Amino acid sequence: MIVAKQKPLEEIKEMIEDYKKVLVLGCGTCTAICLAGGDKEVAVLTSSLRLADKVSGNKRTFKEHTVERQCEWEFIEELKEQVKEVDAILSLGCGVGVQTTSERFPEIPVLPGLDTLFMGMPQQERVWVEQCSGCGNCILDQTGGICPITRCTKGLLNGPCGGTNDGKCEVDPEKDCAWTLIYQRLEKQGKLDLMRQYYPPRNFQAVVRPGKVTME
Amino acid sequence: MAKPFGEVLKSGKFVVTSEVAPPKGTNLEELLHHIDLLKDKVDAINVTDNQSSVMRFPSVGATILIKERGGEPILQMTCRDRNRLALQADILFAYTRGIRNVLCLTGDSIPVGDHKEAKGVFDLDSVQLLNMIRILESGKDLGGNDLDGAVEFCAGAIVTPEARPIEPQLIKFEKKIAAGAEFFQTQAVYDLDNLKRFMEFARRYENVKILAGIVLLASAGMARYMNQNVPGIFVPQDLIDELAGAEKGKALQTGIQIAGRLIRTIKEESICDGVHIMAIGREGVVPDILAAAGL
Repeated sequence: MIVAKQKPLEEIKEMIEDYKKVLVLGCGTCTAICLAGGDKEVAVLTSSLRLADKVSGNKRTFKEHTVERQCEWEFIEELKEQVKEVDAILSLGCGVGVQTTSERFPEIPVLPGLDTLFMGMPQQERVWVEQCSGCGNCILDQTGGICPITRCTKGLLNGPCGGTNDGKCEVDPEKDCAWTLIYQRLEKQGKLDLMRQYYPPRNFQAVVRPGKVTME
Repeated sequence: MAKPFGEVLKSGKFVVTSEVAPPKGTNLEELLHHIDLLKDKVDAINVTDNQSSVMRFPSVGATILIKERGGEPILQMTCRDRNRLALQADILFAYTRGIRNVLCLTGDSIPVGDHKEAKGVFDLDSVQLLNMIRILESGKDLGGNDLDGAVEFCAGAIVTPEARPIEPQLIKFEKKIAAGAEFFQTQAVYDLDNLKRFMEFARRYENVKILAGIVLLASAGMARYMNQNVPGIFVPQDLIDELAGAEKGKALQTGIQIAGRLIRTIKEESICDGVHIMAIGREGVVPDILAAAGL
């Protein structure tokens, strides 16, 4: 899933400053699951913005709506009447949702209410961790199902750096050293030879940005 | 002129290297002073490469200064700040300026340094960088293209003998050797029993020279700080007590004696092939350390 977090309220207030009729648009898929952009978060954010307007005497109207997925046109088609009544959309979808909505309704500014962070999974309640970088050349079969490109802060392919410390990373003692995890898992699987082999430099042509794929 | 470092390594003598750090800016006075102080006293001088992810005068620039002043430089190259094109280009340039030794490192992470919002490159890692040197020596580049004029380097790497856990570190050590590392300069080691344990493993690679890292302890506070903050460094309590027990203003002298003692023991007991002395900002006392070691 795609993990995102809401921007600071002050930043959002500044972003909508010039608009008088704003649609706060949630997404019922990834950003709902990571508690950043589902219908509950739309309601909470909108009431905070209304309250701020009340305090400052700002006259602005808000609409609230959440679609099942912002990243596909068929799911945002239902907005086509509502958007005629607003002068901006504040999206609580990920960056893909913001852009899909903007492409469908190009005459209306679509503003990002979230910062999109990464592709990951919920590790425990209210904690999400990054798992995949979408590098286009998956090597998880050789690294014990743990991605060093994503989970090693340096994206190293040939083992841990000197900054590893009791299984933790030099940039953050709260984060695991991916290569220590890979070592432990490959050892458990009796496949340490995979770690001993040389991995050549990454091929950055595996996905040429911007990525595009056409099914044959 | 200094003897080529590759020849020194093969000579079987106890090898001593040290290092200098380029300045933050263009004032080279202190750097040149340190180079002049060290160039005839050690077999080679490393130049750190934006050490600790702090932007400085380039390592390749400082290695040229060492060469010009008759010393033998070791160019430290990290993978943090340059992609494979820039790394290869710098190696070609360094070779044309007479640089013949390179230490291949991954490099510290960006957030530990002074440009915390910068992009860390890490297009290659340290094993791939060693491999890159060997490919350039073959007359090709990493794209498989022919070079008009190849290079030749004595290439080294680093290892942390006290890393926890040690096993992944040893696997990487072996991969560095397979990729072409001829010598290793280790992370600082203070517990010689731990160093001996590492050397039991390392000695199976007869042709690879291991220089034990000696970081000068300037105070008990510094030792405690390193224990808490520097991965892979463990200063035993008895050394901390020795520093703490030094007379006021004499802690640095005690640190020099400790470093000298460690070097002397490593040499006398032939624990490894040499030492790499890191004085971290106190390069001026390296001759005192050598004297304390009886070198």
